[in-house]
Amino acid sequence: MVDGTRELAMAAEPPRAAACRRWRRLLHRRSTVALLMCLPMILLIGGLVLYPALYALYLSMLNRRMTAFVGLGNFLFLLHRLTFQQVIFQSSLFAISAVLLKAFFGFILAHLMHNIPNRHQRIWRGLLLVPWVIPLALSTLGWWWLFDPSYSAFNYVLKDLGFTPVPWLGVAWPARLCMIAVNVWFGTSFFMIMYLAALKSVPEQLYEAAAIDGAGAIQKMLYITLPMIRNIISVTVLYSLIVTFANFDIVRILTNGGPEDSTHVFATYAFQVGIQSGDVPLGASVSLFMFPLLAVFAYFVLRNVTRRGKEMAV
Amino acid sequence: MRSTTLSRRRALKLGVAATALPLVHIRTAGAAGSVSIVFFDAWVQAGNTAMKKQVAAWSEKNKVEVKADFLSTANNQIVITENAEAQAGAGHDAYSFATWEAPTHLDYLEPMDDVMARLATTIGPPNDMAAYLAKSKGHWMAVPSSSGGQLKGCVGRISILKQAAGLDVMEMFPAAPGASPGVDGWTWEALLKAAEACSKAGKPFGIGLGTTGDSSDSAGCLFASFGAELVNAKGEIAVRSDAVRQALEYAQRLVKFLPPNAVGYDDASNNRALISGQAALIFNPPSAWAVATHDAPAVGADCWHFPPPAGPKGRFVSAVEYFWGVWKFARNKTAAKDLIEYLSQREQVEERCAATMGYDMPPYPSMMDFNVWADETPPKGTLYNYPIRPWHKAEAHISGAPAPPAIGVQMYNRGTMPTMMAKLKSGESIANVVGWAENELEGFLRG
Repeated sequence: MVDGTRELAMAAEPPRAAACRRWRRLLHRRSTVALLMCLPMILLIGGLVLYPALYALYLSMLNRRMTAFVGLGNFLFLLHRLTFQQVIFQSSLFAISAVLLKAFFGFILAHLMHNIPNRHQRIWRGLLLVPWVIPLALSTLGWWWLFDPSYSAFNYVLKDLGFTPVPWLGVAWPARLCMIAVNVWFGTSFFMIMYLAALKSVPEQLYEAAAIDGAGAIQKMLYITLPMIRNIISVTVLYSLIVTFANFDIVRILTNGGPEDSTHVFATYAFQVGIQSGDVPLGASVSLFMFPLLAVFAYFVLRNVTRRGKEMAV
Repeated sequence: MRSTTLSRRRALKLGVAATALPLVHIRTAGAAGSVSIVFFDAWVQAGNTAMKKQVAAWSEKNKVEVKADFLSTANNQIVITENAEAQAGAGHDAYSFATWEAPTHLDYLEPMDDVMARLATTIGPPNDMAAYLAKSKGHWMAVPSSSGGQLKGCVGRISILKQAAGLDVMEMFPAAPGASPGVDGWTWEALLKAAEACSKAGKPFGIGLGTTGDSSDSAGCLFASFGAELVNAKGEIAVRSDAVRQALEYAQRLVKFLPPNAVGYDDASNNRALISGQAALIFNPPSAWAVATHDAPAVGADCWHFPPPAGPKGRFVSAVEYFWGVWKFARNKTAAKDLIEYLSQREQVEERCAATMGYDMPPYPSMMDFNVWADETPPKGTLYNYPIRPWHKAEAHISGAPAPPAIGVQMYNRGTMPTMMAKLKSGESIANVVGWAENELEGFLRG
């Protein structure tokens, strides 16, 4: 009866009033409010991330003069170039070794930090975060002065100690190692702080129970610490790998890709090809080269993280 | 309701006011519109001041408001902005293009034939390299400019070259008009002997083998003087030629005497090598000397500028050319062209050249006689042979020429020639180096 009366009342309602009521109801929904509040950020991401990314994808499929569509031609062309093969090798070496080293040193530092009493921990934590807080371009300039061919501070010390000066940035392998060292110096703090946060979230009772069962330090790490912070490790490594693959500042400032193109990474090579040499489509192809691989990697890592999260919740 | 009808009295008032308007109109600097332009941010700041003064004078005379921005070449700021403007189809009306940037943006530029035709009657034609870069299908697409232009000849330490290598560069290239006594003897073979002697004396020549402009320029003038073209004017790969082989055989001997870190040189490394007293000779415009006069006065007073050595095919001086172009999308093309024409006149160019202590090199042969190069000190006359004098028997050159500019720009910016020399320094054979270059050049031919 009630429903029937309501239907009758609605039928008698003028269409404009009904539309207003529908709008009011829509605006009162939690999801609508959430969407409206997120809208500025969605527009920002759409305008500053999504649109440039899609435009870069479009550019990468054009010919040099940007007058014809060539599909994946630019990517196939790149694969046949010796210098680009060297860029793939160098980028992979740089990113993978730097991330592994950052993860390793970050893990050790986080453990050391975790075992320092809280009062002193704050100072050390602050000091260790300094490399990560200083703008990378600025700190890399500092490193460049240490390695500089004419005024290298390291060579100054080496000469004083009676050793032969080393052309740090003038020979391929020392230059590559210098790049990796600077990146590790810069990024270890990030790993440390993430791991430290994860370590602090591991319940102390688990370690106490393990100690009662007679577990040693290594067993505690293998069976308690690592499984408990596995998700943080995965996400941190994934994030760092993406950022390190896209690194520009360190190589640009230290070697500009030299000697003999041996230290170029995707970003610096893309800049040289696209902006400096006037081949914007090929530059876009270089910069997007790793995108599919990293996307697949990110998908699997994040899927595992979600799965483990659900398992832990159960 | 208020009436909107126009009464006779009101119409009369409006008519009188409209007639009187031109009589009371105040002519402002922007009366004839406005124009925006990007200038190269001069290394010597006095250059910017002189430019601003000239722009203000033109603005006042023509009643056009000018918005002038000075963008730095540091970190490629000027190049990045220019690419963004080309892609967006919006931005300044006129722009300063570095060497290879004008040919890269030909499709976006307004032809400047009218300006160049008028300039030909007042200041004459520019050098061949300017035409190579800024002329397309018979049309001038940009106007060669002195602002930012430079030549990269030799800067040598007078005392070290004399003591270690027996070269009296002040006597070879005196600061006086007429034939230089040492010009014919100054060959790449002579440079090789001097490089060996100075290297043994612990003061090697600071010639870079990196992938930056200075390295490309010095390698480019070496290759050109042997007639070695990696890609010819038709766009064909010519790396497997006798001339290239001869140039590489010579380079193989030269690189032994260059510093161990020459492969890691950037554009400032050679300057620092000279200023710090480590190098006896570099290839550079007078910027290194200008800094040395302040930071290391003894070194500055011991520097002498002279042309590069000659090879079997002649003497080539690396030229960094700048251009002023007007975008097709510019809103005030007439004013932009007029401003560029005004700034290109001899009087204006000489004033700016003097302000930059002779650093800015005009690309017009008719302007090689400015007094600033004879007057600058210390030592007196050090810059006299910085411009190309007729008796130097030299010509301006750009590393990558005569290949079509779309290919030349890649050879230059990716340092193909210095990398070939760097590979020789690391012990690779000439055959391997040629093979590598061929693969690299094939990639540059992509349409």
